[in-house]
Amino acid sequence: MHPALQGLLTIIIGVGGCVGYFYGANLLLDKVLFKPTGENAGRNINRANQIRPWVFLMPALLALGLYLAYPVFATLRLSFLERLPGNEFAFVGLDNYTKMFAEPKFIEAMKNNVLWLVVVPAASTAFGLLAAQLTDRLAWGNIAKSIIFMPMAISFVGAAVIFKLVYEARPEDVAQIGILNHLYMLFGGSEPQQWLQIPFWNSFFLMIVLIWIQTGFAMVILSAALRGIPEETVEAAIVDGANPFQIFFKIKIPQIVPTIVVVWTTITIATLKVFDIVFAMTNGQWETQVLANYMYDKLFRANDWGMGSAAAMIIMLMVTPILVWNVHNARKEMR
Amino acid sequence: MADLKLTDVAKTYGGTVDVLKNIDLDIKQGELIVFVGPSGCGKSTLLRMIAGLEKITGGELQIDGQVVNDVPPAQRGIAMVFQSYALYPHMTVRDNMSFALKLAKKSQAEIDEAVGRAAKILQLDEYLDRLPKALSGGQRQRVAIGRSIVRDPKVYLFDEPLSNLDAALRVATRIEIAQLKESMPNSTMIYVTHDQVEAMTLATRIVVLANKGIAQVGTPLELYERPENEFVAQFIGSPAMNLLSGEIVGTGAETTVKLHGGGTVKSAAPTKSDDMGQTVNVGIRPEDMLETTNDEYAFEGKVNFTEALGEVTLLYFDKVGDNDAVIGKLPGIHADLRGKSVRMSAAPEKVQMFLNGHSLYYR
Repeated sequence: MHPALQGLLTIIIGVGGCVGYFYGANLLLDKVLFKPTGENAGRNINRANQIRPWVFLMPALLALGLYLAYPVFATLRLSFLERLPGNEFAFVGLDNYTKMFAEPKFIEAMKNNVLWLVVVPAASTAFGLLAAQLTDRLAWGNIAKSIIFMPMAISFVGAAVIFKLVYEARPEDVAQIGILNHLYMLFGGSEPQQWLQIPFWNSFFLMIVLIWIQTGFAMVILSAALRGIPEETVEAAIVDGANPFQIFFKIKIPQIVPTIVVVWTTITIATLKVFDIVFAMTNGQWETQVLANYMYDKLFRANDWGMGSAAAMIIMLMVTPILVWNVHNARKEMR
Repeated sequence: MADLKLTDVAKTYGGTVDVLKNIDLDIKQGELIVFVGPSGCGKSTLLRMIAGLEKITGGELQIDGQVVNDVPPAQRGIAMVFQSYALYPHMTVRDNMSFALKLAKKSQAEIDEAVGRAAKILQLDEYLDRLPKALSGGQRQRVAIGRSIVRDPKVYLFDEPLSNLDAALRVATRIEIAQLKESMPNSTMIYVTHDQVEAMTLATRIVVLANKGIAQVGTPLELYERPENEFVAQFIGSPAMNLLSGEIVGTGAETTVKLHGGGTVKSAAPTKSDDMGQTVNVGIRPEDMLETTNDEYAFEGKVNFTEALGEVTLLYFDKVGDNDAVIGKLPGIHADLRGKSVRMSAAPEKVQMFLNGHSLYYR
């Protein structure tokens, strides 16, 4: 079968399955189990309504339990084991962890992750805020917003391929197809640069890809928050003599701090898990390794299940506090 | 502290939609001017034009003799109290009040002094370190006023400042504003409201806005006793003034009108002999009506319905002439009048007379 047809079929089955489940479950509750007729009509309606949420939640709970909760514990178990020939396992305690922390490549990945963590959420949120404020008052602001938001629709791997072409280097005597090298040569560069092979700075070239994607997300959320600011507080500030910069920094931003925190932490989580971009562009070479790619290397290339699982646990340990804080803030903002 | 002068001021949106035009107004230092008018008459727009938050598209606005059409709000010497208070939610009461002074780069000593003085006037001393969300509606309103006071502006602008308060608090805050004005007799204030009671109690002069322009400017009692036109006559006072049509049958220092409803009525408005036979609308306030058994009565009408409010009774009359919404207000309790035919009259000086919508008192 043609892959496109296959995809279409999957969508139909998936969506149809959801609709069918919703319809069928309701039918079963209302028409078979607890009929809202007869002398127990009131009691039956109440019972059906008590059960209904659980029926709707069940598929999600099952899927999350099977594909999220179980793997966490399985991974934790694996991180304390060593895989021996013949599919045997031996308990090695914290050996996997001590080995890992002694490895320079792991330390490099940790350092790079911290660097990503500092740069990407800050830059994405800042650019998103800037874009939200600048596009809000423009007649063509919505078009600009759509364009800035568009990268959100591209997969990380797709974005990585696009930027690989942006950073592409060709020999000096042929035309540069990478726009960065083309500009570099245009403005008097001596020879085309292999941007992704310049240690330390190459990490930033990778970060640009994620910033490019996440700025759209930050912009959309922050733009909604900016619009929620009472117009009269801005007018009061104008009457009080504030200039546009003071209005933005002293009146508007303080009022949307909770939203900024949510956006920031959401992007932080995406950044901590970053894998595809590094995998597709440098695969961790030239000192660009990050934790997720390190884990993949250990788990699926070196087939070292123990160390791979240990790396996975480290990533989870780092994400969890931020995730909890994020959910806490998001709920606080909703109230 | 300053005079304000509006000359032929106009507001047009998009070059085609007129909101306000031909606004001429002289406001003297120390006045409290109230803008009233029905919803959408442009009273808030006019205030915002004075504040500088809306562009003036025609005419000239002077504050203290200086044309300020293109002067930014902060340099006009005005301060504004917004309907929703517009407090900065992330700043304490103290920071809210000192924000403008900080922007103006005043010294900390000056700021502390000004904030302290305003807090004392408004009894906000204890709340200076609270955030707005920890204050009641009335307290927030006082902070909004305090934010204006600290700037010591030439003109205070109030945009429906009481409409977010509940009834009891509204009365209390209204009195506070009146006392505030008394304590600052030289300050000029402009106050927008749709509440007649606020207008009547606070204003030194009321500006009634209608049909994109000024319907009348005058002291509260001028507007009540001698409305210049039918709109003002019916806008000020509750229940609204009754308008009864009739023909002039006697002219001179007093005018006699034969009403289409049957009776005759005398008005203190003077007329000339060539007014004889003109069709006019006679205006009588419900509370100016007198019950009479004489043969000289303005109209005789059947009381359809009564509302006894204790101190007064409202009488709802059946159709009188071509007016089917005539209301009378008699002191005391008169519920027994329901279903009866009653003759009503009024003292000549209480009787308004409108020819083509305009009062003959002003001719």
